[in-house]
Amino acid sequence: MTMNTGAQSRHTNGAVTWLFRNHIWLFLGLAIAIFSLASPYFLTVNNISNVLTQGAFIGILAVGMTLVMIDGEIDLSVGAILALSTALAIGLQEQIGVWPAVLAGLLSGAALGFFNGVITAFSGMHSFIVTLGALIGIRGLVFIYTGEDALMVQDFSYTEYAEIYLGPVSVTALTFFVLALFFQWVLTSTRHGRETFAIGDNIEAAHDAGINIKRHKIINFSICGTMAAVAGILLSMRLGTAEPNAGKIWELWTIIAVVLGGTRLTGGFGSMWKTIGGVMTLAVLRNGLRLLNTPNYVELMVMGAVLILALLLDRVLSSQTEAR
Amino acid sequence: MSNQTPILTVNEVTKTFPGVVALNEVSFDIRPGEVHALVGENGAGKSTLMKVLAGLYKADAGEIIHQGKPVDIASPLDARHQGILLIHQELSLSPELSVAENIFLGAWPTNRFGVLRKSKLNKDAQSALTALGADFGPSVRLGTLSIAKQQMVEIARANAFEANVVIFDEPTASLTDTEKDLLFATIRNLRDRGVGIVYISHKMDEIFDLTDRITVLRDGQVQGTVKTEESDVGQITQMMIGRELDAFFHRAKSTLGSEVLRVEGLMNTRHFRDVSFSVRQGEVLGLYGLVGAGRSELVETIFGVRTMEAGEIYWQGQPTGRLTPRKATDLGMALVPESRKEQGLVLGQGGRANISLPHPNMFSRATVMNVASEMRVFDTYKKQLDIKTTGPEQALSDLSGGNQQKFVLAKWLCADPKLIILDEPTRGIDIGSKSAIHELIAGLAENGLAVIVISSEMPEVLGVSHRILTMSEGRMVGQFSGVEMTEKNLIEAVSHCADDVLTPV
Repeated sequence: MTMNTGAQSRHTNGAVTWLFRNHIWLFLGLAIAIFSLASPYFLTVNNISNVLTQGAFIGILAVGMTLVMIDGEIDLSVGAILALSTALAIGLQEQIGVWPAVLAGLLSGAALGFFNGVITAFSGMHSFIVTLGALIGIRGLVFIYTGEDALMVQDFSYTEYAEIYLGPVSVTALTFFVLALFFQWVLTSTRHGRETFAIGDNIEAAHDAGINIKRHKIINFSICGTMAAVAGILLSMRLGTAEPNAGKIWELWTIIAVVLGGTRLTGGFGSMWKTIGGVMTLAVLRNGLRLLNTPNYVELMVMGAVLILALLLDRVLSSQTEAR
Repeated sequence: MSNQTPILTVNEVTKTFPGVVALNEVSFDIRPGEVHALVGENGAGKSTLMKVLAGLYKADAGEIIHQGKPVDIASPLDARHQGILLIHQELSLSPELSVAENIFLGAWPTNRFGVLRKSKLNKDAQSALTALGADFGPSVRLGTLSIAKQQMVEIARANAFEANVVIFDEPTASLTDTEKDLLFATIRNLRDRGVGIVYISHKMDEIFDLTDRITVLRDGQVQGTVKTEESDVGQITQMMIGRELDAFFHRAKSTLGSEVLRVEGLMNTRHFRDVSFSVRQGEVLGLYGLVGAGRSELVETIFGVRTMEAGEIYWQGQPTGRLTPRKATDLGMALVPESRKEQGLVLGQGGRANISLPHPNMFSRATVMNVASEMRVFDTYKKQLDIKTTGPEQALSDLSGGNQQKFVLAKWLCADPKLIILDEPTRGIDIGSKSAIHELIAGLAENGLAVIVISSEMPEVLGVSHRILTMSEGRMVGQFSGVEMTEKNLIEAVSHCADDVLTPV
């Protein structure tokens, strides 16, 4: 009796199922609608352009985080890696020139991500612990390098790269979207991407099938570190300075954005589309609340509530769609 | 049935675990194009043998000859490369991946740059599926399929990797009748194409319907291999049993008092339906069935852990309505769960804290724990149950399974229950402690408690019970007492799978 109705609803409710699995767009639409009504400034080209740029930094971090999380892991060190790459990209410019310094920043991110991956994959420790250690250690490294004070860029033409726009879309936002789309393609169309899902979904089945779990995890942590460095470089271009505290608790916002999008913390399920949705929802909320002159602490409360609500909804919906 | 040379021969394979000889010089063979049944009670060694073949365990002694050559099967992947495929009872698939991706997991076709060749993947998967007569395509997400269809996906791997030996472990456990027909058709399809099939099952009707030969295992030893058409249920059952009951079992010598618990028409559609029985003071009621028959779910439902969808529970003659664990405890029921570690004990803590855990009101005043009374109770049970522990604070994780189990009992006994339900009370504990637990069960009944014992071990259930109920696939399928309580009767009761059992309406 129950089985038959279950099978029927599975066929007829394709659209509903899609929405259950992609509820973030509902949230984003709702948020946009509310703020458009509440503030006349919200739906202006200028403001949308701002939202995209503001969201893009967390967004680029979230691209790497999504890969790691589909693998069933987590990376808490992205904020610290971002700070280190910012510091290197600005601090090394005098000694080795602008572009070599940028490259050094990128490589530092890739190397630290690789390091996170190797330790996680080979030690058997949970990545939460490994990257928590990395978060603290790398932040220490940043302070050693910068001292207590912010580093300043010497040649201010460096900051002009951040001012490149394609219509209303800044180079930062463009980078985010290009990276997100590229890695969406990686996730859906390459062996590495699909095996990342296989590992997060059923690690024993993946292992029994001979998939090299360690290799995939190391690759994804390396990508995640590199993404953090990319966000760091873009931030250095935008600010022209490297603060030792740059990107502090951004790892939390990143995780929130990814989870809000619908990618599961337990792994095996998610996409860059969801992450784009999550990142944009978060950015719209922040921007909208600021337009309405909401005090900072109220903003935090609202965002926290939204996150819990979204996850609650996700739980309710997924427990309904899974077989009883 | 073919008479060719075997495709796989198991030659005097022995496998021991600490304290147990799981396989004792087991030999049998599989021919191409035959379905070979492997039967035996729980713990007879079927699973171990199958895991040796699938590369999950390594045999201590003996050899495996595959296609004429002695082989060493190092891992499941290795087994697959050699053409040996195990279809688990619990499917080993990834629900978020597509059907095709699942079939070829670990061996996806790519171009030079690591980009998936989806069209080739889907085409190859389609031909593996078509060969099985599947009615779904390769690109659908696996999680949207029914269990039976997911099982077909796993079987499709046999075609995709050109397996020549496929092992099915209790494949019908979670299938409906129509799904079962589909599975059997699939298995016959494989057989007709020359694959050698090992079929592990408890269900006699399936075995006689499907298989060509039957090998019976008992206590890790092969009792014999027979042709199915020349055998019958009686002969197989006889081969499965025939063990002397151990002398150390203690059956309670108690006089039965009034009825403590009666249930009528109990139902939880997912696990069991229409279950009625009763138990009296001083009685030990055995509940026997195969793993997955719904026994644990039944007692959990009575205790209020699971939802009771229909039926009525009577406690000392009075209807109770739907129970919660708290209400059930207050009435005087105690449920000692199957997995001590997950449900019964806080292993990091000592015996004192564990005993008082479910009874905060007994041992505290205004939420402050009364350590002295906890100590008294601890000492009482340490003596009464002969628990070997260095003291009230020694973490239970340091104790043996048998002593842990005694703490589980102590914790429930100190509330002075009238009915105690023991779910697999001796699983995983050594033989000496087992006998102590059996003695204890008898003692409880002699003191006037009603006891329900769930056990998958036939000698145990036969040894301690006054009366035995058998369950199969969520139904009560028999009741035995006195001289009717024989291994043969129990096996026959749970192996017969009536056609109407759990058919979806």
